[in-house]
Amino acid sequence: MSAIVLLLLGLAGMALGYLFYSRFIAQRIFKLDPDFRTPAHEFEDGIDFVPTNRFVLWGHHFTSVAGAAPIVGPAIAVIWGWLPAFLWVVFGTIFFAGVHDMGAIWASVRNRAKSVGALTGDVVGRRARSLFMIVIFLVLLMVNAVFGVVIARLLVGNPGAVVPVWGAIAVALVIGQLIYRRLLPLGLVSVLGVIALYALIYVGPQVPVSLPDSTFGLSANASWILLLFLYAAIASVLPVWMLLQPRDYINGLQLFVGLILIYAAVLIVNPAIVAPALNTDLPPGTPSLIPLLFVTIACGAISGFHGLVASGTTSKQLARETDARFVGYFGGIGEGALSLASIILATAGFASLADWQAVYHAFGQGGEAAFVNGGARILEQGIGISAEVSATMLTVMAALFAGTTMDTGLRLQRYIFQEWGEIYQIKWMGKALPATLLAVGTCLVLAFGAGGADGSGGLLIWPLFGTTNQLLAGLTLLVITLMLIQRQRPARYTAIPLAFLLVMTLLGLLLQLRSFFIDKNWFLFGLGSVVLVAAVLVALECVAALRRSRQVAP
Amino acid sequence: MTPLWQRITHWYRRAEAFGAEYYNAPYRRAIAAARRDEEDLFMLLVFAEMMGIPNPATWHTLELQPLLLERFHDWHRRQGMAHSPLDQFRCC
Repeated sequence: MSAIVLLLLGLAGMALGYLFYSRFIAQRIFKLDPDFRTPAHEFEDGIDFVPTNRFVLWGHHFTSVAGAAPIVGPAIAVIWGWLPAFLWVVFGTIFFAGVHDMGAIWASVRNRAKSVGALTGDVVGRRARSLFMIVIFLVLLMVNAVFGVVIARLLVGNPGAVVPVWGAIAVALVIGQLIYRRLLPLGLVSVLGVIALYALIYVGPQVPVSLPDSTFGLSANASWILLLFLYAAIASVLPVWMLLQPRDYINGLQLFVGLILIYAAVLIVNPAIVAPALNTDLPPGTPSLIPLLFVTIACGAISGFHGLVASGTTSKQLARETDARFVGYFGGIGEGALSLASIILATAGFASLADWQAVYHAFGQGGEAAFVNGGARILEQGIGISAEVSATMLTVMAALFAGTTMDTGLRLQRYIFQEWGEIYQIKWMGKALPATLLAVGTCLVLAFGAGGADGSGGLLIWPLFGTTNQLLAGLTLLVITLMLIQRQRPARYTAIPLAFLLVMTLLGLLLQLRSFFIDKNWFLFGLGSVVLVAAVLVALECVAALRRSRQVAP
Repeated sequence: MTPLWQRITHWYRRAEAFGAEYYNAPYRRAIAAARRDEEDLFMLLVFAEMMGIPNPATWHTLELQPLLLERFHDWHRRQGMAHSPLDQFRCC
């Protein structure tokens, strides 16, 4: 199987989905109206509510939702073979993600740009809203713990990436200073920043940095995790203009450059996919494809995190309601395209099937390492960038994504603690520093409590992240479905994905709980149980709300 | 100016405006919050001065730097000082 065929099939499928299916959903189901006065105009305040150019808004939406997940999830899921991952990413993007993202923006825009959490309170009920807070907190906790491990693994596996990954922070700090203190034009600073970032990527492999195998009894992996959390804690309390804003910006630019390079290299090299379409020789201990495929690949197919961004910031900046199709649906396609690249690199970037099997020798293997190594091989052959520099570039790409998501995630987690401090009148918890320490502390408990001295607890809970994240997506779809029913419009286009997601999430959770119970892994069993209870309650709330809305509807 | 040059500068300006939007959009809220804080800080300073309460400004200065910097620079120039008189707040 040629990678170009897979690439073109995938992209063509998504393009057709955008051209036809999204138009049908936008015009017939959501009935997007170009004359509707969006909250961006109605409440325009120059702060939250600002009518924004749709291309800019698409960039904002896409880079906000693109974390490490669309890279890591598919690169792990190809263990079942490339076909299931490919089909789920393409059809998931067309029928699930695009509709979910566009629907979340529409639902929010039609409700004074309220966030999905607030909407849940209005449309479903207050109990569901409280559940939503718990689910959001768990997702953030898992994102931070998982991404800490992902970056640490990348740094241990690719010592050449240490300089560019940490150097990118310095580049962002300098950019922030140049823009705000020296008042240099943004165009010039952007060019300088990108050049500096790629210069670091070139220099990195020549000055590899490895931590000693043991520092105070901690492995190199564990030391990196601690350092990363220290960094994220500092980043989350620094003013946004200093680090987060320039870092996200330069990261977004790098994403576009990286994607173009990857697709160009695949088109030039046309590598053959060495992995089997359906892997019948699964390593022992690999869980069943159904339902775990649908929770392992969350971002790239459908992800609850998108609903938070879509209804949080995107909906407040939508200039015309019809833009929701481009921003939301095409944002989903952006993630799908990144996942597709990840599938291709993790299946076609190996010399032979034996090489591929050596990497995918157990479930949870491969992942970002397969993306980096496979991609490096294709980039070297296609564009002539040496394998070492290519590997560093892809590592930096994956690590920067995980890093920006991690420091934003930690900041959001801090806000939740501060909110709880206010709600329950615990004064010290309402302050920034103690709340940050609590956020970092809970992440470290998860990383080291579940993973032992290695600190890799985050990765053990990756499938749990999938289920929790899908729960969020389910809640968003539920809100959209209820709104459609209330307006007496066909609801099956969101109800079917909703039902599918809930069934797969519950099944996946039950299977995982069983294996945690057998392994006597009480920590994960406990955490999984919380998610299960939340999932069941969400399902019940869903049924109750549907019944209520039927009674209300004439 | 030749038409080609005009077109180039036009596209450069558009690209720059586009970039600025993309740079600012996700953080508009946080930066605006800092701007509001600036007003609050001013009130706090005035009241603190009146009541003899220790000055809390140093703690907030880092957050407000990008907003205060230009105005501070204009201010010290108007006061006849070529450079910033504060060690921890250097603008030029």
